[in-house]
Amino acid sequence: MADHRKILNSYKNKLPPSILDEIKETFPATGSDAKLTEVLDRTMQSYEDAKINPGECVGLVSAESIGEPGTQMTLNTFHLAGVAEVQVTTGLPRIIEIFDAQKTIKTPMMEIYLNSPHNKLENIGKFAARIKEKVFGELVQEFSLNIFEQTLTAKLSKDLLENFDLDVKELVKTVKTKAKGFNIESEDNIITFFQKGKTEEIKELYNLKEKIKVIKVGGVKGISQVLPVKRGEEYIILTAGTNLKDILGLTEVDSTRTVCNDLYETFEVLGIEATRQLIIDEVYKVIESQGLNVNIRHIMLVADIMCANGQVKGITRYGVVSEKASVLARASFETPIKHLINAALEGEIDNLSSVVENVMINQPVPLGTGLPGLVTKMK
Amino acid sequence: MNQQVHKKVESISFGIFSPKQITEAATAKVVTPELYDREGYPVDGGLMDLRLGVIDPGLRCKTCGQKLKECPGHFGFIDLARPVVHIKFVRQILDLLKSSCRSCGRILIPDESIKRYLTVLDKVGDEEGFEARRRKIKEVVRKYKLKEKCPHCNAKQEKIKLEKPYNFYENEIRLSPIEVRARLEKLSDEDLRIFGFKQKEFRPEWLIITVMQIPPVTMRPSITLESGERSEDDLTHKLGDIVRINQRLFENINAGAPEVIIEDLWDLLQYHITTFFDNAVAQLPPARHRGGQVLKTLSSRISSKEGRIRHNLAGKRTDFSARTVISPDPLIELNDVGVPTSMAMHLTVPERVNVWNVDYLKNYIKNGSKKYPGANYIITTDGKRKAITVETQEEILETLDNGFVVERHLIDGDIALFNRQPSLHRMSMMCHKVKVLPGKTFRLNPAVCNPYNADFDGDEMNLHIPQTEEARAEAKILMLVETQIISPRYGLSVVGCIQDAITGNYLLTKELVLSRNEAVDLLYACGQTDLSDLSDKDKIDGLEVFSILLPNDFNFIGKDKSGNDVKIVNGKLKCGYMDKANLGQESGLMLRNIYEKYGPSYTAGLLGRISKLGITVLARRGFSIGLSDIDLPKEAKDEIHDVINKAEQDALRLIDTYYAGNLEALPGRSILETLEVRILEVLNRSRNKSGDIAMKKVQNSAAVTMARCGSRGNPLQIAQMTAIVGQQALRGQRISHGFSERTLSYFKKNDLSPKARGFIRNNYKSGMTPHEFFFGAMTGRDALMDTALRTPKSGYLYRRLSNAMQDLKVDYDGSVRDASGRVVQFSYGEDGLDVSKTKNGVLDVPKIIREVVGGKN
Repeated sequence: MADHRKILNSYKNKLPPSILDEIKETFPATGSDAKLTEVLDRTMQSYEDAKINPGECVGLVSAESIGEPGTQMTLNTFHLAGVAEVQVTTGLPRIIEIFDAQKTIKTPMMEIYLNSPHNKLENIGKFAARIKEKVFGELVQEFSLNIFEQTLTAKLSKDLLENFDLDVKELVKTVKTKAKGFNIESEDNIITFFQKGKTEEIKELYNLKEKIKVIKVGGVKGISQVLPVKRGEEYIILTAGTNLKDILGLTEVDSTRTVCNDLYETFEVLGIEATRQLIIDEVYKVIESQGLNVNIRHIMLVADIMCANGQVKGITRYGVVSEKASVLARASFETPIKHLINAALEGEIDNLSSVVENVMINQPVPLGTGLPGLVTKMK
Repeated sequence: MNQQVHKKVESISFGIFSPKQITEAATAKVVTPELYDREGYPVDGGLMDLRLGVIDPGLRCKTCGQKLKECPGHFGFIDLARPVVHIKFVRQILDLLKSSCRSCGRILIPDESIKRYLTVLDKVGDEEGFEARRRKIKEVVRKYKLKEKCPHCNAKQEKIKLEKPYNFYENEIRLSPIEVRARLEKLSDEDLRIFGFKQKEFRPEWLIITVMQIPPVTMRPSITLESGERSEDDLTHKLGDIVRINQRLFENINAGAPEVIIEDLWDLLQYHITTFFDNAVAQLPPARHRGGQVLKTLSSRISSKEGRIRHNLAGKRTDFSARTVISPDPLIELNDVGVPTSMAMHLTVPERVNVWNVDYLKNYIKNGSKKYPGANYIITTDGKRKAITVETQEEILETLDNGFVVERHLIDGDIALFNRQPSLHRMSMMCHKVKVLPGKTFRLNPAVCNPYNADFDGDEMNLHIPQTEEARAEAKILMLVETQIISPRYGLSVVGCIQDAITGNYLLTKELVLSRNEAVDLLYACGQTDLSDLSDKDKIDGLEVFSILLPNDFNFIGKDKSGNDVKIVNGKLKCGYMDKANLGQESGLMLRNIYEKYGPSYTAGLLGRISKLGITVLARRGFSIGLSDIDLPKEAKDEIHDVINKAEQDALRLIDTYYAGNLEALPGRSILETLEVRILEVLNRSRNKSGDIAMKKVQNSAAVTMARCGSRGNPLQIAQMTAIVGQQALRGQRISHGFSERTLSYFKKNDLSPKARGFIRNNYKSGMTPHEFFFGAMTGRDALMDTALRTPKSGYLYRRLSNAMQDLKVDYDGSVRDASGRVVQFSYGEDGLDVSKTKNGVLDVPKIIREVVGGKN
């Protein structure tokens, strides 16, 4: 066995790790060393055969591979994930959203994985309820207005309080900051608001009622919906609304697998490599759900160009395209006048190193067969 | 032989002309707005001055002495009576004014900090561009501006404002362009460095126009109308206005007219020059023709899809191209394209005469241009082009010499590029070999319809004939159809048998047993001449007939469409049917394996033979579809009827439970949603069930055969024809809109029953009731809308993607880099594999291990 490993190691620089791993996995342990070497040599042969040629315009191939099935994708498929009102943007709109690197996305979502034992059916509900952002109004079973005494009484639901793990005293504290001009008394699960200095104005109490209804009293900020679902053997939580930073801070959460579909949030919390992976995963998910077949390499390349300089850049005139070195390439995309004027002011020089410029002046493009040049000695 | 030497353009530098450069480069000074004299001859010193180039046949340019189409045109200039602001530089001028001292002209940053900021600014400029640098300077200057004093000379600074589009104000007092120019002149060269001007010798006062460049006439040609009247180009009109006002301004200044009049004329000049550059400035009324039509001036000529850049520079028109309707021809090769004879006589291929081909080329010349295959032109060694006509024929034949080029008609085997729009991927333009055929349409093998996404309902396609050896070689090696069989998108074939070809092979391998005579006849008809492998039995089954086409050392194990094993051992099909899974496009697993083992050219040939076998089988056996194909026996109809009735009953019962308040909600759903889900479930189950019944009972009709082998239609569609159309859905839900609280006025309000919410219980054959038909139309329309809205969206996405990624290439070290050499990926796709050379981007390691180790593994 040790020999197998040694042989495999000697091919480390000749074959990519993924292929070596696969050989390691599938090659029978009983196989002889000679057979293994033969397998490796033959794999190397076919690897060399299948390697991409230098000069291949992979960018354009990727763009085509994503752009062409784009015409077959459905529009506006807001379909329901699993079983609830958690909506997800899919199809072409989602792809556009990702490639544009839009700052605010239509349906921010998270998939929260939990550590055992929290990922069991018994515990999942409680945790889900805890992280959901709650407002005071949700907890109230009944509001009652006493016109004679000018008081507002809120009867809280005991069940909910227990479910959400909330304390009445804490609640009163949070509510107090918003209910200025009122005295608050609490007894068991009943909170009463007294008007300071009788104004005889019932309106004030009405306003108060509406005001305190929307006070945030618990949960994680931004998580507006939670939905526990079964994924494989365990239960996970899908949320509408995101707050990656705070969720990852919770000890129950498996921070290695928890994801959020917002590019910028992921970028801020986890960095550029995570964002690149998120782009790949999200785009691949959409393409797969549409029943289309696009090789992951193409999506990888798009993700890579979006993240190449350590910042998330959309495929727009303000993002990736604005970074091109060539004036003419930028001008041929959008807002040509702006680019030409700025180039003139700055005194830019276009070295004609990419494609469009050379098309414009009828010269071979530096890709594929246009890439190599020949030098010959003149007699 | 005169070989033209092409110079390579190394780089293009952008910059701004100084007034001196403009006058030096100019060939004429324009002083009069008149264009032509009474004879219609261009006036000297006018806008159509002959020194600016020629646009009339017969005249010669006074600058270069060349004729129309030879002279590229020359620039002129106008001396402006008063300077004006260039509209496109207004923002830059404002920035410069704001960040420099009004009295000493130094930048408003103290000397000691300049160096520090310079490094910061250079970094910003390099990384994010000129625009970002400008913003950064503004930010820095704003910080120092709070002191309101120049750090160099302590002069008090005033507030400078831009009143759009081009008037500058300092403390509500207008600065004339002369004053602005004076300020800009004061700026020192060292300070300009900070603003990021890379052009040497650049002076900011050039941003104010004192001398205006006049574009050559060739850039603004006039058109002669049928009536003999001349219609001038928009630019000429605009320039005429400028010259006219400029002359008037000169006259008024010289005559010592009152300041008000001069100011007015000056403003007018500014307006005309502004609209000359950009006729869509937000605050200005656009300049118009007399008829009210907006003039198309410089800016609008460059930008947008119809502008110079995207329309004329990034995309060009070609000679030697043709376009016509396409039609199918299953009998021509995969690599071929059928070209009508009439086209072949106009599209030509240049061939250089040498000792070896002179006789062969002479034959073409003898035929002339009117007889196919002939030749249209010859080009002599000194570059003269001569048409081959009855009169010149003799002479040409005599003088024909080595080094002449003969432009002969297209013949079989010539290389052509064939394209169908929209060109969404590289298989939208492939290289074909010409096959000249009678008729008026392009003929193509139906197997290549898929990569082009073509059908024959009136589609048109384009044909281009490469004119140089280099282009032909590249096209043939890189773009030939057979080399494009495997899609770079997912590594499977995009070309495969379609329709009849699949049906034929399916029937052949499934049920046909032929007599020996029939088998030989069949194989011969599809181009198989080597029949030595055919056994000498009297009856030969379809499997064996098919096997004859396969190479003898081919082994394959796979599955057919319905999941049965397909085994090919040593080129003999042992079991399984040949259907879409193995022959078709997008899957074509058997073909994919053949391609891998025997290469593109062999695969293309085999595909052709298999296709021909399929259609020949079908033609001889006979295959037809009719209404009776979807007939059902009465008991099946009754059974389906029962199933649907029961489902509807179930649904109604569910609705009753809902109203009674006894329906239990599914987790995470409201009760109403639960009801919807449950109803959909019940109805879908009934549809599937009745579909299964139908498929079972209509066995072996032609329609079902096609659905089974995947050549056309699917079981669902058969079920819709024979049994039930099913629930119509909009956005994943039952139809629920239309009238208030109901779908159609025909139903009661709040009716939740299946039939009121788009459940079509009839089938296409029995016909639908009016409301069912309407529901069907609703979903149909929705789908149509979706397509119409999607196309431009995805088109734009595609354009952006391709623009952003077009310069990415694999470098010699295997890394992916952009044009400026920035590394995007260290190894393409993390392992450097080419998708089109692998199966879906994966190297088949298990197969290699199996081959080496053997056994089951």
